[in-house]
Amino acid sequence: MKATKYVVTSQESDVLPSDIALKIYELGRDINVKETCFGVIIDGEEEDIRATVEELRKMDESNIFIKDRGFPPGDPRRCRGHRGGGARPGFYMMQHESEILPLISRALEADLRGEEAPLPIEAKKRPGLEELEEMINEEFS
Amino acid sequence: MVKVMVYPPTSMILSDLVERTGHEALVVSKEVRKKVNTAGLDSPPLNMTPEDPKKGLKYAAVDVPSGVRGRMSLLGPMIEEAEAAIVVLNDRCTLGCTGCARTNELTRFLLRTKRIPLLELEYPGDELAARRFVSRIREFLEGLS
Repeated sequence: MKATKYVVTSQESDVLPSDIALKIYELGRDINVKETCFGVIIDGEEEDIRATVEELRKMDESNIFIKDRGFPPGDPRRCRGHRGGGARPGFYMMQHESEILPLISRALEADLRGEEAPLPIEAKKRPGLEELEEMINEEFS
Repeated sequence: MVKVMVYPPTSMILSDLVERTGHEALVVSKEVRKKVNTAGLDSPPLNMTPEDPKKGLKYAAVDVPSGVRGRMSLLGPMIEEAEAAIVVLNDRCTLGCTGCARTNELTRFLLRTKRIPLLELEYPGDELAARRFVSRIREFLEGLS
């Protein structure tokens, strides 16, 4: 069965969509590639896509993100060129997640280095009436 | 390999983190793909087959808006298939196809009542929160196998 995937690069990545496209051409598999501003869309047989995705991840493990897509690239039912422009369905989700991709990339890098995640900072508790009384007594007695 | 449903069901970050650890992410685009590959459907998932509302009726009553039932025909089988789930709560990104609040409530409710391993967390707003976010997801997924 055919499969289509988005390969999205984080804003902090040194890998360009054209680098990913070249890498796919180098691999020599029967895969359809479409370059976009955020990465590439790849389309092909499921096994080829799975193997290619593993190769692509190695290019920049913490900065390349991969997502499934329902429609093949350039499909007239989704392609903006055929639908008179405007954002395609699903754009907003990707836009929202792209904003936090650098945070996730840095977190993945820290995770790969084996650094432990910091504990959440507990909110400061207001002193109770008795504690406040003690504090006043200590200060002014 | 465990089938992990992610919510929002179109999330790139969650599905990517799940597949990095070798599990299978259940996302709505895979369900849409099945429909795209079905001959005779003009514009899936906007067009439905007579079978789809029947699937949706399993999760929502007939007087529930048809949009909920239509969406549940895609999400319902995914929930049934799920062996674990990751749910992000502050989902201000659920717009368009995933923007139906009632469907989202029903999806989260069904996941909670299914008694499968479930991780609920929020999208990170800063670097430290992002490290906790990634770390919690990794620990959850490693504990599944």
